[in-house]
Amino acid sequence: MLIRKTTDIKPSEITPESVFLNRRTLLRSAGFLGASTLLPQAHAADDEIPAKYKRLTGVRPSPLSTKAAPNSFDEITGYNNFYEFGTDKADPAAESGRFRPQPWKVKIDGEAGITGTFDYDSIVKPHTLEERIYRFRCVEAWSMIIPWVGIPLGDVLKRYNPTSKAKYVAFETVVRPAEMPGQKYPVLDWPYVEGLTMAEAMHPLTLLVVGVYGVELPNQNGAPLRLIVPWKYGFKSIKSIVRISFTEKQPPTTWNLSAPGEYGFYANVNPAVDHPRWSQASERRVASGVGSLFASRQPTLPFNGYSAQVASLYKGLDLSRNF
Amino acid sequence: MVTQRQIRLFWRPLAHLACALPLVYLMLELAEVGGLRLGANPQLAIRDFLGEWGLRLLLVTLAMTPLRWVTGKPWPLQYRRLLGLWSFAYLALHFVTYFVLDRALDLSGIIEDIVKRPFITIGFLAIVLMIPLAVTSTAGWRRQLGGRWLTLHKLVYPIAILGCWHFYWLVKKDVREPLIYCGILAVLLGFRVWKARQRAPAG
Repeated sequence: MLIRKTTDIKPSEITPESVFLNRRTLLRSAGFLGASTLLPQAHAADDEIPAKYKRLTGVRPSPLSTKAAPNSFDEITGYNNFYEFGTDKADPAAESGRFRPQPWKVKIDGEAGITGTFDYDSIVKPHTLEERIYRFRCVEAWSMIIPWVGIPLGDVLKRYNPTSKAKYVAFETVVRPAEMPGQKYPVLDWPYVEGLTMAEAMHPLTLLVVGVYGVELPNQNGAPLRLIVPWKYGFKSIKSIVRISFTEKQPPTTWNLSAPGEYGFYANVNPAVDHPRWSQASERRVASGVGSLFASRQPTLPFNGYSAQVASLYKGLDLSRNF
Repeated sequence: MVTQRQIRLFWRPLAHLACALPLVYLMLELAEVGGLRLGANPQLAIRDFLGEWGLRLLLVTLAMTPLRWVTGKPWPLQYRRLLGLWSFAYLALHFVTYFVLDRALDLSGIIEDIVKRPFITIGFLAIVLMIPLAVTSTAGWRRQLGGRWLTLHKLVYPIAILGCWHFYWLVKKDVREPLIYCGILAVLLGFRVWKARQRAPAG
């Protein structure tokens, strides 16, 4: 597949390399705390990432990363949705302390040559980790820039020899009410399930994520293994995956089951198709601190700015009906 | 026995202080005092905080009349106006936060929201309906309107229903918290219906 750089990134997101490097040296020499967020390979200042998170090694940068400055480690790990730990956006960080992401096993089944239960290392270790700095757009109209660390999902899936009958890939989140207090209430039907078409799953932008900011994935962000599909609303990017199934039929997906009029199977970021209860035309880039109080919303881009790479996947599909 | 003087000099200022506490807390969060922080999405944190406290104070306001019945004492009625005005202050600030911070004064966007999004329509309607109540809350207006004042101020019931409904409609999925508000409102309004039936001659 032809990989092209996206063309619809706002000019303001792009910093000329000379300015970029100057700013790095300047900020570094000034000992500025935020300087690290400008490094091409995003590493937060060491004192910002708690020491309990193991640093990942051998991570290589990717040309598919955006050049926009990432959100802080605090923002990424302190403000997100993970209903398994509670429905407030502070709940995942506050309630995920008891969760044990290791040892971890994933069941791989369905229309594939190689099926069975595999441990984390056998899934991840054969691959080189990449840092992918992606735009992340939540269906609730907020967004972040996040330096994920992961593996192209397609590279992993190929090793299990999907058959010609495999048209979709289904994913399932772990169920552990004792460690995930949000699962004690039937807010959603547990386990959380998601799915992609085979073409979406094999697309080079689709990532099986194991870390963020150069360290292993914190519990609240979907440890130890999660999906990231950057051109779709965040809820498609299922967390803490314990099962991957190759299927012939379109698999059920949790938010679609919960509110079919509000959340579709595709869930591609689309400013032209509003959520029935709020507009998707603009988004608020998450930014903590009083200084950002008067920052305005920004326009949402089709496919979250990844049109050039992914729009062809949906040729002939009515996106206002297949939302 | 609490005297009017004690109410005026002690209890009422204390009630004002209590009503202002959430606002003080918000200021401390804004100033990041003592580890308090607004978090990653400050605009929405302020907006939601103000909305929740406005709705809470509205329910407390509506609890004063039943409280009088339960205690048999008249003092709860002396706090109704104070509580109602504080509720209005929070809800007006809630709207201003949405208008100024969240939508950055984008008038066409706001009009679109009010027209197209039912939960915003009813929330906006509730705040608009509160304006005449706040304006006519003074003793002067009360005298001037006479019997019509009481009729006008019955608007507080639809306002509270719209407010709770607004909360229920806006949450993505977890309706447990708005349902608590709706439940409290149902009890408070149910109390009034029950009382009215008691008063009515047995038929």
